[in-house]
Amino acid sequence: MSESYREMWEKLNLDLKAHDGLLEVLGKFYGDIYMSQQGRLQGMEYLDFVLSEVHGLRIQELQQAKASGKKIVGTFCVFVPEELTLAADAVQVGLCAGAEAGMEEAEKIVPRNTCALIKSFIGFKLARLCPFTESCDMVVGETTCDGKKKAYESFADYVPMYVMEVPQRKNDRDRELWKAEVLRYKEELEKRTGNTITAEKLKNAIGICNDRRRALQRLNRLRAAFPVPISGRDVLLINQISFYDDPVRFTGSISTLCDQLEERIKKKEGIVPENTPRFMLSGCPMAVPNWKLPYIIESAGAVVVGEESCIGTRNTRDLVDESPETLEGMIDAVCERYMKIDCACFTPNKERLDNITEMAKELKADGVIHYALMFCQPYGHEVFKVEKALKAEGIPMLSLETDYSMEDMEQLKTRVEAFREMTG
Amino acid sequence: MIAGIDIGSRSAEIVLLEKQKIVHQDRLPTTFEPLSQVRRLLGNVQPLKIVGTGYGRNLLTEADIAFPVETITEIKAYAIGAAFVYPRACTVLDIGGQDTKAIALMPGGKVAKFEMNDRCAAGTGKFLEHLAAVFQIPVPEFGSYALEGDRELSINSMCTVFAETEAVSLMAGGQNPRNIALGLHASVVKRTVNMLRRVGLKFPLVFAGGVARNPCIIHLLEKALGAPLLIPEEPDMLGALGAASFGESSAAERDK
Repeated sequence: MSESYREMWEKLNLDLKAHDGLLEVLGKFYGDIYMSQQGRLQGMEYLDFVLSEVHGLRIQELQQAKASGKKIVGTFCVFVPEELTLAADAVQVGLCAGAEAGMEEAEKIVPRNTCALIKSFIGFKLARLCPFTESCDMVVGETTCDGKKKAYESFADYVPMYVMEVPQRKNDRDRELWKAEVLRYKEELEKRTGNTITAEKLKNAIGICNDRRRALQRLNRLRAAFPVPISGRDVLLINQISFYDDPVRFTGSISTLCDQLEERIKKKEGIVPENTPRFMLSGCPMAVPNWKLPYIIESAGAVVVGEESCIGTRNTRDLVDESPETLEGMIDAVCERYMKIDCACFTPNKERLDNITEMAKELKADGVIHYALMFCQPYGHEVFKVEKALKAEGIPMLSLETDYSMEDMEQLKTRVEAFREMTG
Repeated sequence: MIAGIDIGSRSAEIVLLEKQKIVHQDRLPTTFEPLSQVRRLLGNVQPLKIVGTGYGRNLLTEADIAFPVETITEIKAYAIGAAFVYPRACTVLDIGGQDTKAIALMPGGKVAKFEMNDRCAAGTGKFLEHLAAVFQIPVPEFGSYALEGDRELSINSMCTVFAETEAVSLMAGGQNPRNIALGLHASVVKRTVNMLRRVGLKFPLVFAGGVARNPCIIHLLEKALGAPLLIPEEPDMLGALGAASFGESSAAERDK
């Protein structure tokens, strides 16, 4: 670890000792879950590198961007329109929310029965462990659940908070509300960055974001081949890294990786034998470094072939229409794309059920494992509907509810193995 | 001869099966040295292979054991074991030391759907064991003690620790301890019935696991469900039996 990183972390006011501990645990965890895999593609080296430098080189880049006058925008949700952020010459990064850190601290400002994701981002801040959060000039929240909505009120005491209102339905007046929110965000960005979002800049940003989505869509198509050419946890990692890596560089690396995948598919090479049970994950997002469930599934002799999740297809399925030429037309296209997100915060949310069944069929999944974070009301409620919809299609589903702790590993393993036996 | 070994959280069982006939069965507490308990269970027998199941099944594959070892989950093992004893069984309930499982069966003992309790031990054997200790009553007698109650006091807490607190406050309020015990048993049954409904309970229902030895749970379950339960003579052997039966059929499959 270079001394310059330590200096940088010190300047960011991290708790150096606790941060060293976190990196050590993360490194070991990554070694056990990722580096132990056999037959990984060479293109994964880039992702190994990016992850190993997650709090190092990437933070250094953010600091350099800041020094050159750019603003850093932190987010927790796929609803924040990155196109606008980039068009304002700012950098957008997803913030740490996938590990058990600073939980005791977090429980001082949010109730105990709050989901692990919320507790995690608060814990990372209060325990001074996340250099991304510390680098932010603006943290953008959104009203996708009551837990987050209320947590952002408290979080505003610690970070430069800005909250977008996400409507709960998809009628005309909801679309109007969303457009007003997108415009309000645009103004806020312009005010904070001092840059004007022009048609040219927005067009370029839409292209960058769509290119990244296209690269991930291609990855998602290729991964579903028979035999499966890449592990589910590797694809999850790629999706996770897409939230904080430089978008253009990331898209290039994923395209190279996809070329390697095509080679492998041509040779009929699999990361697992062809008859390995194929499971699709569905439900709550898995923020980095939350690899618990994919690791359990793939250690139980199955393979993950898709993630119906915000860190998965919910974030990559829909593109922004690239045909409008005026600023107004582009903003409408951005609004429209984001209102296609089938988040469980909407009522009704029939689209998600259709998307899940369609995706499971396309992937030729042997079963779906629904993952709900403990205390997550929206996804917890939808479990029942998802199971019913899948049952109607004859697709088995296992519902799991868990958090970031490791104490229920054995129980989860038993359930996942029994599900594999059942679907095999 | 195939050995089925079920290493549960509280007890370990062995069943030896020869051409679908049980030739030997035995049970020991799991303790903190489950592998030496397994060696004691095996004694001098020389099975063709061992099929391990239960919480500790992976210990068998990692251990230095002279026979080939395979493993299946306890869910599959209980399903096969139940179908072995009761070929027409549609649902299995297993309340063991720290897990409660409800399993819906397809014909032939294949698992159609299953539910398990969460990470906490509420509503399991451990819950009853803990509370029996609070009552200072030996575990095997706790069920019949509760059956002597004449009024089912309501215990609302799902958590073992809080249920104890509730029981203690009821005692402090001068309630008949037998009625409190009855209430505690009823709270287990209430949770269990919900779990059975979630898998789509159909009769006949097989009740297995160590808690199927508790007469009060049996009585309250039959009352709540309005139907008699099928209870094997050795309810905690069903997992080991299912494992052994799986081993015989997979060996037969290979010899074909």
